[in-house]
Amino acid sequence: MNLSVSIGSLKLKNPVMTASGTFGYGEEYAEFIDLGRLGAIVVKGLSLSPKEGNPPPRIVETAAGMLNAIGLQNIGIGRFISEKIPFLRTYDTAVIANFFGDSVDEYVQAAEKLASAAGVHALEMNISCPNKQAGWCVFGTDPKVTREVVSAVRKKTSLPLIVKLSPNVTDIGLMAKVAEDAGADAVSLINTITGMAVDIRTRRPKLANITGGLSGPAIKPIALRMVYEVYKAVRIPIIGMGGIVSGEDAVEFLLAGATAVAVGTANFVRPTAAAEVLDGIMNFMEVERIEDIRSLTGTLHAG
Amino acid sequence: MSRSFRAEIRENRPVNANHNLLTLAPLDIMEEPRPGQFYMIEISRGLDPLLKRAFSLFRRTRDGFQILYRIKGKGTSILRELREGTIISLLGPLGNGYPLPAENQTALVVAGGIGIASVFSLVERIEKRAHLFYGARVGDEIFMTDEMSGYYRELLVCTDDGSCGRKGTVVEAMNDFLSDPSLEGKEPVIYACGPQPMLREIGRIASAKGITAYLSLEEHMACGIGACLGCVVRTKEGYRRVCKEGPVFEAGEIVW
Repeated sequence: MNLSVSIGSLKLKNPVMTASGTFGYGEEYAEFIDLGRLGAIVVKGLSLSPKEGNPPPRIVETAAGMLNAIGLQNIGIGRFISEKIPFLRTYDTAVIANFFGDSVDEYVQAAEKLASAAGVHALEMNISCPNKQAGWCVFGTDPKVTREVVSAVRKKTSLPLIVKLSPNVTDIGLMAKVAEDAGADAVSLINTITGMAVDIRTRRPKLANITGGLSGPAIKPIALRMVYEVYKAVRIPIIGMGGIVSGEDAVEFLLAGATAVAVGTANFVRPTAAAEVLDGIMNFMEVERIEDIRSLTGTLHAG
Repeated sequence: MSRSFRAEIRENRPVNANHNLLTLAPLDIMEEPRPGQFYMIEISRGLDPLLKRAFSLFRRTRDGFQILYRIKGKGTSILRELREGTIISLLGPLGNGYPLPAENQTALVVAGGIGIASVFSLVERIEKRAHLFYGARVGDEIFMTDEMSGYYRELLVCTDDGSCGRKGTVVEAMNDFLSDPSLEGKEPVIYACGPQPMLREIGRIASAKGITAYLSLEEHMACGIGACLGCVVRTKEGYRRVCKEGPVFEAGEIVW
């Protein structure tokens, strides 16, 4: 059975990775799951300098999902390189560094710094985190700005470059096409969907940040629809995510057009979730006598 | 031995109208918990509710441990319905727990309402040393005192309406104790778990009197293992995770 897939020049031994922000820097999970089983670990989003994040409460559970407004808290690229990469390098799994910036220049600098560190196998650009108040959120919603920032980063790194797309747009296929034209090797989707929850007794929002990003099984149908739309719009590989908790969920994404998948919120529910998703995919392939996982991508029979 | 394990429910009995005592027996080898640590418990295998729920270790039993919990929302309403023999998944013990008092220290343990669920594990561990201040709004919310007798050195119950024990708050009772001349020459140390205003007030008093106070905090948690960064509290060192660097913090560290 072949499970390996390619994301640009990056070869993964299997298509299951972790979604950024749901797996820390890997070490938090090492006692619960064999990190070496994962196709890739996508680490918590990084910026040039450390970020403190939003005030609490930062998370609230909703029906079959959760809202978060962590606010991109992270230790900064410098400490990631010196403190976290050495541990990650001891595992036979690809390390994908998710990063973001406040300006085109910061994106470029962050990408260059990460690319210079041995042990980073690919970059994932977060142009879509909905938690920041400042105007930079347009990186993921204004096609012209998306093109500018992706092109600028592309020019400065030869590492496989994945662009993580926001679902908070009218036409995600268009955004994916813009990223592809600007030189992205792959797109990943979806990031969380902006939402909110209200405490009716205090008449206050349940999150200090008022709004947050919705994730978990509640968003899976939307994520699938978007992967399907993006598959029709681009030729580069798609990393599909949004509410995956089982191998069956993952196969749905593959059929809709994804080459690889990421497990996100499910990691919070069960630290072994990503391994269970991989087991589920393998079980499906065995039962259905599928030899090569790549033969599933985009084979949805749609009308 | 893993901090991810399964346990069988031995008993899940009401202690009053809206609190239950859950007795669990691990099916896998479990790591020995320290007082003040907590567990993430899987409430259902379904997708809603989705996340595990955090509960303090109440007490260790011969072949397992107990959780004392308040029925408050969807998760705990489902948990109260789980019957004897049900097998559940857990993560734990998690978090740092209470640092034990030194030999020469006088331990004041303060519980506000369901806060008793966290501090009793400490009372039990430092057998017959704890001065336990246990408060609630009304007498009906004070429970398990018979089962706890024999473990504390002294128990002072307080209720807001005076329906059980002394009328007033545990903070007032603790403050009176600290002002008592008999404490002269002794070094007090405070351990507390309860509503945030209570903890804040204890922190203020401790700081004014130059006493060390350890407060067990609560925040919404998704993972319980330090990954989601959802459960942070502001400290002098910046945001710290309640699940990892906590749940017990020195009062002086917290920025309220």
